[in-house]
Amino acid sequence: MGITQILFWFLTALALGSALMVVLSKNPVYSVLFLIVTFFAISGHYVLLNAQFLAIVNIIVYAGAIMVLFLFVIMLMNLNADMNLQKSKLLKFAGFIAGLCLFLVFVAALKDAAIKKSLVQTNTGEIGLIKNLGNTLFKEYVVPFELSSVLFLSAMVGAVVIGKKE
Amino acid sequence: MPVNYYIFVSIALFCIGVVGVLTRRNAIIVFMCIELMLNAVNLLLVAFSKMHYAAGVATNSGAGIEGQLFVFFIMVVAAAEVSVGLAIIVMMYRNTHSADINFLNRLKH
Repeated sequence: MGITQILFWFLTALALGSALMVVLSKNPVYSVLFLIVTFFAISGHYVLLNAQFLAIVNIIVYAGAIMVLFLFVIMLMNLNADMNLQKSKLLKFAGFIAGLCLFLVFVAALKDAAIKKSLVQTNTGEIGLIKNLGNTLFKEYVVPFELSSVLFLSAMVGAVVIGKKE
Repeated sequence: MPVNYYIFVSIALFCIGVVGVLTRRNAIIVFMCIELMLNAVNLLLVAFSKMHYAAGVATNSGAGIEGQLFVFFIMVVAAAEVSVGLAIIVMMYRNTHSADINFLNRLKH
């Protein structure tokens, strides 16, 4: 078992364990912190796949910006343990069973897929580097790129309009 | 690594997100579980991109690069979605003084 496989299983265990803790922990602040751990583990997977640009962007955008926004909102709302939102046990159980059934259906559908033997190239490969991604992004995908700037502008205006006091 | 390991990791992450959306009532945690599902899909897209790269690099040096660009655009859309969604949650909290998702039931009346 090489170092790549050890890292793969370690990052997988970290991602799945902290994702479970996001769902299970009572305090929303702990959920945010565990979600940050999950995002770092996924960034580690990207580094392992040599998608370096996406790994950095994942850390900057998700762990840096979005999670800080979540933390700000949680602290603004002062949602502490006093807000124990009780949901009926039956609904919780039904939600758990529904998710488990979805998992089983996916696994049963894909466990004998034809691409099972295909290898994912780890540690090498040029396409994840910023040079190649930037070339493709600004040559072939320049229209979606500009459209996403319009999307950001409208999202910014929308957030300000919704969030401002009447 | 075989690609089915990545497929099963992504399925597990996605299903944890689904269970979180179905079982939690705090609107912020529901929102975080949606982010978790988006990230599961991103991981799978990057893995498939590297799989196509390994298969097609001999004929096309940029094989599989679209998968990583789609991940980039998913991150863009997710950032816009989070800013608007959190503004809506803050507005909901200002009106009801709780972040209970069941309040939104009243929208159907």
